[in-house]
Amino acid sequence: MASTTTDRAASPPEQGSEAPQASARPLVLLVGNPNTGKTTLFNRLTGQNARIGNYPGVTVERRSGSSRLDGNQLVEVVDLPGTYSLSARSAEEQIALWAVLGQGQYQPPDLCVFVADASQLARNLYLAVQLAELGLPLVIALNMIDEAGENPPNVGAIEQLLGVPCVAVSARRGTGISALLAAMERALIERRRPRLQIAYPPALLADAETLAGSLPTELRSTPEQARALSLWALTSIEEDDELTDIDPALRKATLKLRRKSSRDLDHEVIAARYAFIDEHLPELYRKLDRHPKKRHLSERADRVLLHPVWGFALFVLVMLIVFQSLFSWSDPAISLIEGAFIWLRTGIAALLPASIFRDFLTQGLVSGVGNVLVFLPQILLLFFFIGLLEDSGYMARVAYLMDRIMRSLGLHGRAFVPMMSGFACAVPAILATRTMERQRDRLLTMLVIPLMTCSARLPVYTLIIGALFPPSRVFGFLPVQGLLMVAMYLFATVITLVSAGVLGRTVVKGRKVPLILELPPYRLPSFRGTLKMMWERSTVFLKEAGTVILACTVALWVLLSFPRALQPEAPNLPIAAAHATPTGHAAAAQPTKPSSIADSYGGQLGHAIEPALRPLGFDWKIGVGLIGAFAAREVFVATLGLVYGIDESGDNPAPLRDRLRAETRADGKPAYTPLMGLSLLIFFAISCQCMSTLAAVKRETKSYRWPAFMFAYMTGLAYLLSFTVFQVGRLLGF
Amino acid sequence: MLLSEIQTGQVVQVVRIAGPSSFRRRLMELGLVPGTRVELVRVAPLGDPVELLVRGASLSIRKAEAGVIEVARVNAAQAEQALPKAVGLSPDLGV
Repeated sequence: MASTTTDRAASPPEQGSEAPQASARPLVLLVGNPNTGKTTLFNRLTGQNARIGNYPGVTVERRSGSSRLDGNQLVEVVDLPGTYSLSARSAEEQIALWAVLGQGQYQPPDLCVFVADASQLARNLYLAVQLAELGLPLVIALNMIDEAGENPPNVGAIEQLLGVPCVAVSARRGTGISALLAAMERALIERRRPRLQIAYPPALLADAETLAGSLPTELRSTPEQARALSLWALTSIEEDDELTDIDPALRKATLKLRRKSSRDLDHEVIAARYAFIDEHLPELYRKLDRHPKKRHLSERADRVLLHPVWGFALFVLVMLIVFQSLFSWSDPAISLIEGAFIWLRTGIAALLPASIFRDFLTQGLVSGVGNVLVFLPQILLLFFFIGLLEDSGYMARVAYLMDRIMRSLGLHGRAFVPMMSGFACAVPAILATRTMERQRDRLLTMLVIPLMTCSARLPVYTLIIGALFPPSRVFGFLPVQGLLMVAMYLFATVITLVSAGVLGRTVVKGRKVPLILELPPYRLPSFRGTLKMMWERSTVFLKEAGTVILACTVALWVLLSFPRALQPEAPNLPIAAAHATPTGHAAAAQPTKPSSIADSYGGQLGHAIEPALRPLGFDWKIGVGLIGAFAAREVFVATLGLVYGIDESGDNPAPLRDRLRAETRADGKPAYTPLMGLSLLIFFAISCQCMSTLAAVKRETKSYRWPAFMFAYMTGLAYLLSFTVFQVGRLLGF
Repeated sequence: MLLSEIQTGQVVQVVRIAGPSSFRRRLMELGLVPGTRVELVRVAPLGDPVELLVRGASLSIRKAEAGVIEVARVNAAQAEQALPKAVGLSPDLGV
């Protein structure tokens, strides 16, 4: 069924306008509640050719692909974001209605496929009723039919009730798909429109009638549609909504009507629809009895999995496995990638004669590609676990268990896994914010994730603590160095929590929305779907964030290696080894030659910013290290090593450590004191020293504004705190 | 009586939802219209959120939000009897 076309599959993901979609190919939209297996069905229908783009104006992903019907006709299938209702308060929620109506920049669909969870029909029917009221060509895919138990809903009765075709399918098992495709094909020809009568109160109908006069003409082609849209306006448009592209006349008329009315309009609309569903629900079943079996089993499982003691114990275990894997299981793969790139660089260096071009190739380009690919193991692993957790239904339980804690940060339970992943690496963690539905929640989580102590900070901490703090013990048994390491983790966690609280109340305020968490029945996870998600996430990262990271690596290489006019073509340029770190990233842009770095643009920049760094206790050499660290934090160690003319410092920090200790000022006192070390530690804990993080945020927010803000607030805060610590420390005589 | 005040396992009926219009609209659209039977299935280990059974589907909301939902007791016979007599609507979880 699913086709693999090359023409469209090869095209880059569309961003913004849907204009390229205006082809002859009929457009089919998949609409449905969250957790109804919509995406699984989408994958079944489109096979391997899905593309990920964005909806215009909002950072909600738009998944589209083509599907071949029986008559060999190709249709374009778009998977709409899951929603419980068409009524909307925000631009994000508005996508569903705008897409099904073909308003704004959306191309009008030729068919909507409503995906329903057969085991939870009552709630699903609410959205189906809304769609049917709009009179759009509709097909119902009664999904998860395999879970509906011995008494599944009657397909014929649903067809009767809504006046549209209904097909029982199981997207997970792949049953009923060809019948669905056949029904879609017929529906595209017949263009049958649903008909149903809902008994709204007469006064409400009169209101709807009044409002219909203010609808744009193209939206009142039929009286039914005009009524449905008037009801939508009544339950969506408000003084303080965040909808976009609403006709001013319609907005004005709606607000006037709402103000004037003393009745509870929301209740009238919603209760009438549920009354309709309640009245007809018995007709949809063969017999009226027990609960579906699945729910029963899940309920029993939840008694253990959500138990105050056992539930938490299992939760901790599951999370430990996930995060342990991010830290250690990814390590061999990361080392392998690092090794491969060192091999590649050495190989190229041996083949080509020494030249700027060779250096560009080995130290700019190859390093850059390595810097991108090195994130893959952690991204793949994290999304492997996210896939399993989401699919099995446990992710909703994680949110349920952790909501109380995350709420105090102005976030909700779903932010837990991305936040914790930040301890390993901010890049996969930022990609993982995808699992949250609201743009505001995603943004807030993304903004604070890089404050978590990621593993790239470890080598820097190790160097600074080892070099500048005595290996003595407090109270005779607590090692100072170890304590300081623990303190850095605690410090960063506190800063993260405080920042989330402050940012959530200021910059990304957002409306308070009720937490609505559905605990779906436990299911066996689908490896196919999980693999597909891993693939999608990685390719999107490589394509969109990867290019930014590559460009930054090359730019940094230029910064730290030029000008080199005074340098004769050095015969033996050191290939700085990739520094193996706990999960470390591959070698970033490596400056060419130890002696040249001081004269490079980066070196000059280090001198130039020295006055600004002095109050923090840093000199220009640290400044150059900070510039190099922008490639990735641990590069600080190697860059500083190069400033001091010590190679391979990443592999063996001892020479560099001793060199830092020995460094003296003009007056003969040590240049680097423990106080300066503390200031530097704090700076590294908070400042945004990671271009890859910024690239990931740029990709996820589709703007330069948020990465710019992130860089400014993190680095600003780092400067402020380091400044305070250093100056106060000096006053106290340290 | 408020939904935030009932005991685990208790079945009640929604009377009225207060709060800002976006809150109540969202809750009603998920099936919590007045007259609907709701069972409090469990409270999360940290005391929040609470898991409800509404129209055969699990729905978790925070206590603060449950606090705007006014509910009334239903007698034992009413609680046993599934509201609209259909699969998935019974408050009985097969305990």
